[in-house]
Amino acid sequence: MGIDSIGKIHSVETCGTVDGPGIRYVVFMQGCNLRCVYCHNPDTWRLNSKTATNKTVAELLSDILKYKSYFTFSGGGVTLTGGEPLMQKEFALEFFRACKNEGIHTTLDTAGHTDIDEITKEILSLTDLVLLDIKSINPDTYKKVTGFTIDKLIAFTRYLSENMIRTWHRFVLVPGLTDNEDEILALIEYLKTLKNKEKVGILPFHQMGAYKWDDLKMDYRLKDNPVPTVEETERVRELLRNHGFLVT
Amino acid sequence: MREQWEGFKSGNWEREIDVREFIQLNYSPYSGDESFLAKPTQDTEALWQNILELMKIETEKTVLDVETKMPGTITTYGPGYIDKTKEKIVGVQTDKPLKRAIMPFGGLNVVKNALSAFGYKLDKETEKVFETYRKTHNDGVFDVYTEEMLRARKSGVITGLPDAYGRGRIIGDYRRVALYGTDFLIGQKKAEKKELDYSQMDEPTIRLREDISDQIKSLYELTEMAKSYGFDISAPAATAREAIQWTYFGFLAAIKQQDGAAMSLGRVSTFLDIYVERDLANGAITESEAQELFDHFIMKLRMVRFLRTPEYNALFSGDPTWVTEVLGGMSEDGRTLVTKSSYRVLHTLYNLGPAPEPNLTVLWSVNLPRPFKEYCAKVSIDTSSIQYENDDLMRGFWGDDYAIACCVSAMRLGKQMQFFGARANLAKALLYAINGGKDELSGAQVGPEFAPITSEYLDYEQVTRRFDQVMEWLAGLYISTLNVIHYMHDKYNYESLQLALHDKDVLRTQATGVAGLSVVVDSLSAIKYAKVKAIRNEDGLAIDYEIEGEYPAFGNNDPEINKMASDLIKNFMTRLKKHSTYREAMTTTSILTITSNVVYGKKTGATPDGRKVGEPFAPGANPMHGRDKKGAIASLASVSKLPYNYALDGISYTFSIIPTALGRAEADRINNLVGIMDGYFADGGHHINVNVFDRETLLDAMEKPELYPQLTIRVSGYAVNFVKLTREQQLDVIHRTFHERV
Repeated sequence: MGIDSIGKIHSVETCGTVDGPGIRYVVFMQGCNLRCVYCHNPDTWRLNSKTATNKTVAELLSDILKYKSYFTFSGGGVTLTGGEPLMQKEFALEFFRACKNEGIHTTLDTAGHTDIDEITKEILSLTDLVLLDIKSINPDTYKKVTGFTIDKLIAFTRYLSENMIRTWHRFVLVPGLTDNEDEILALIEYLKTLKNKEKVGILPFHQMGAYKWDDLKMDYRLKDNPVPTVEETERVRELLRNHGFLVT
Repeated sequence: MREQWEGFKSGNWEREIDVREFIQLNYSPYSGDESFLAKPTQDTEALWQNILELMKIETEKTVLDVETKMPGTITTYGPGYIDKTKEKIVGVQTDKPLKRAIMPFGGLNVVKNALSAFGYKLDKETEKVFETYRKTHNDGVFDVYTEEMLRARKSGVITGLPDAYGRGRIIGDYRRVALYGTDFLIGQKKAEKKELDYSQMDEPTIRLREDISDQIKSLYELTEMAKSYGFDISAPAATAREAIQWTYFGFLAAIKQQDGAAMSLGRVSTFLDIYVERDLANGAITESEAQELFDHFIMKLRMVRFLRTPEYNALFSGDPTWVTEVLGGMSEDGRTLVTKSSYRVLHTLYNLGPAPEPNLTVLWSVNLPRPFKEYCAKVSIDTSSIQYENDDLMRGFWGDDYAIACCVSAMRLGKQMQFFGARANLAKALLYAINGGKDELSGAQVGPEFAPITSEYLDYEQVTRRFDQVMEWLAGLYISTLNVIHYMHDKYNYESLQLALHDKDVLRTQATGVAGLSVVVDSLSAIKYAKVKAIRNEDGLAIDYEIEGEYPAFGNNDPEINKMASDLIKNFMTRLKKHSTYREAMTTTSILTITSNVVYGKKTGATPDGRKVGEPFAPGANPMHGRDKKGAIASLASVSKLPYNYALDGISYTFSIIPTALGRAEADRINNLVGIMDGYFADGGHHINVNVFDRETLLDAMEKPELYPQLTIRVSGYAVNFVKLTREQQLDVIHRTFHERV
């Protein structure tokens, strides 16, 4: 417990600029409970990977504190991502608690496929910003992408909304998989019902993680899937803007 | 008050030379944004097009044209123009734009070799004069060099020495020409000489009196040169156009007289802004005309050329001249030194497109106005043409009227100069420690015969003990060699015009430098934390190394390794300081390689960090490519821990990042780049080059150079046209760490 809590960590990046505001120390947690077909970090899936390192909250924090001036000047902080950081809730809780004690901004990057138990609520109370990855709002597509049902995600988005937790919703645009116009419109309608909507990020699918599937000798079903053109991505962004959303 | 000074606030500067006081009393800090800036005029566009065409031919031929007979002096060549009807600021180095002069006072062979490399031949009579009647700097040095110095020079443990070319790294205070006119400056110099009338005629006094006499002559020559262009600069400049023209004439005289490695401009924009503001207030010029003056001035600075040999180009690639101009910074009283003209100078990168020269250097302070920080970040993202140095750090050492010579060498303007000292190859020195002073490539006994290390596995204590001995020897030899060089440079190739624009009593620094910092630190770390096995040849010389296990590498902000790097610099610097220097210069050192990291690597055998024989070093203070595992900020943080007070000649870091790794939207990228610089400099970092582009762009530029004539990249301490680098150096740049995780 406390700062001695141990987390399984895949890696860290000191210059994160796309996972929350400003310059961020990004902690990639090991282990994921989804199996998304377009995942660009499949090497984070297995919780008990030999390549992961165990670190205590105290160890991680002492490293993070070295970069405080960068957080201060850029309006940055730490981002917990993965993998799925909510696979290691106790660690996430103690880590965020320690960060908040140091006045560091906390961002949680999650897919929201989790039970909203007491510890989750406590983590979220220490979270300044959630990056919530909504794979699809269509239950069938969601299942096709992740291999799981959508129920937990829906409950999660509702909880964040009810409790007015700052959230940037994110959506990965994959041609032929998630780019169906009706489904995107349905997503827009759903997002409109949320009280905590602040910003929506449209992330164009990319193939930069393809080599990792090969390295892991895993079957990568999107090997030949095209990436969206700049125009296609912009069109979706424009659609959201027309509905009054702040989009990046 | 003189009529040219009307409207300026009075001060002591009217009676004696004090440019800083003039600036402090008269400048207008600007904390707004860039929205006032003007587009290029038609004349600017036409002139620049003209120059681009000349540069295109030059790129194909390497040199456009060269003088083969008349050695360059301030008055050798008559006036030269690009298009007299359009140029608001005039003056070129020879009689034609981009035509290079010969400057044999540094060394005759260099001139002959450079000419023949480009298909020219030195005039017979000129050759005879320098072979028979006129000794050069290079002749003098080689008359005195010891065998040991020659061996060290040949093996490359000390290299890049200015023993055959101009040493450079001296900045005349060219603003003095505009503020006072040459009559006043000559009068001051005559008075300085008179101060020495009754001194005892010992060697320093004799030398100084001769120096000042030469300085006075050069000021007369400067006046005459300006007259050939139709300007009387004996009196102060009266308008913004004259102020820029007078300042440029001062600089032009310097680059006509000297082909120093780095011929920096100083810190002129805020000074000139005072004249521009006065003319704007009087309604004498418009913003568009003010911008035009800067555009034409900068155009001239982009055209500075020297004749170099192919070997020199391999070391300092891309035809650099280091016309360094510093912008921004803060006054000691807390006001920013950013003016509208700081913006105007940066804006030339849009009006004329990106370029490596002049070497625009922003003096960063966390207290700079936010709009200026954001504009700088935007310019970096768009052009990769500027570098940044820590004003908050340097102001404490050098005040608020210093400039940068070359890449990272700070000096107070008109009050300080440097004896340039190139650098020692510490990676090679480490190998000498292992091999008992023998060179790992040639087998020659370069250093004294230390006992070599003979064990199969390297022992940390033993290696560091021997390394200390090698550094002790190297430091002494290095300083002695530099003493010879600068004695002779003063004697045979004295920079009389540049020193005429200095005070009589200047602070001289004896700069040294180190190459291979991250190679040595990683090697020591490998020996300490992993197991390193030496592979020896039949002569018992260690020529390769096998590493068993892993070691923490420099660049990951590991406190132990950061300390190892700092200790190494302190260690070498302390040894250098033990030795007395020519003209009692203050010894300093830098961690800077420019592009020579490639040549240094080529001349150095395999090292215990796992680097193979011939592989390039990392540039400057950079971590080795691919060994920083925690991202850009960890790498920056490691470099910012290196101790500036032990490396007062500068610590260079080159940062390359792809645009998307800075953030998704432009505003995010600007905010994050500003945050990176604020964080790095607040933590004590000294210098950073910022490159923002995709690797693919560089690969494409290698294939189709004709499409990228102005593609500019920052390398250690300066910028180059990417297409002018050798293929080897292009590959080095591409293979270097690009921060691209998104």
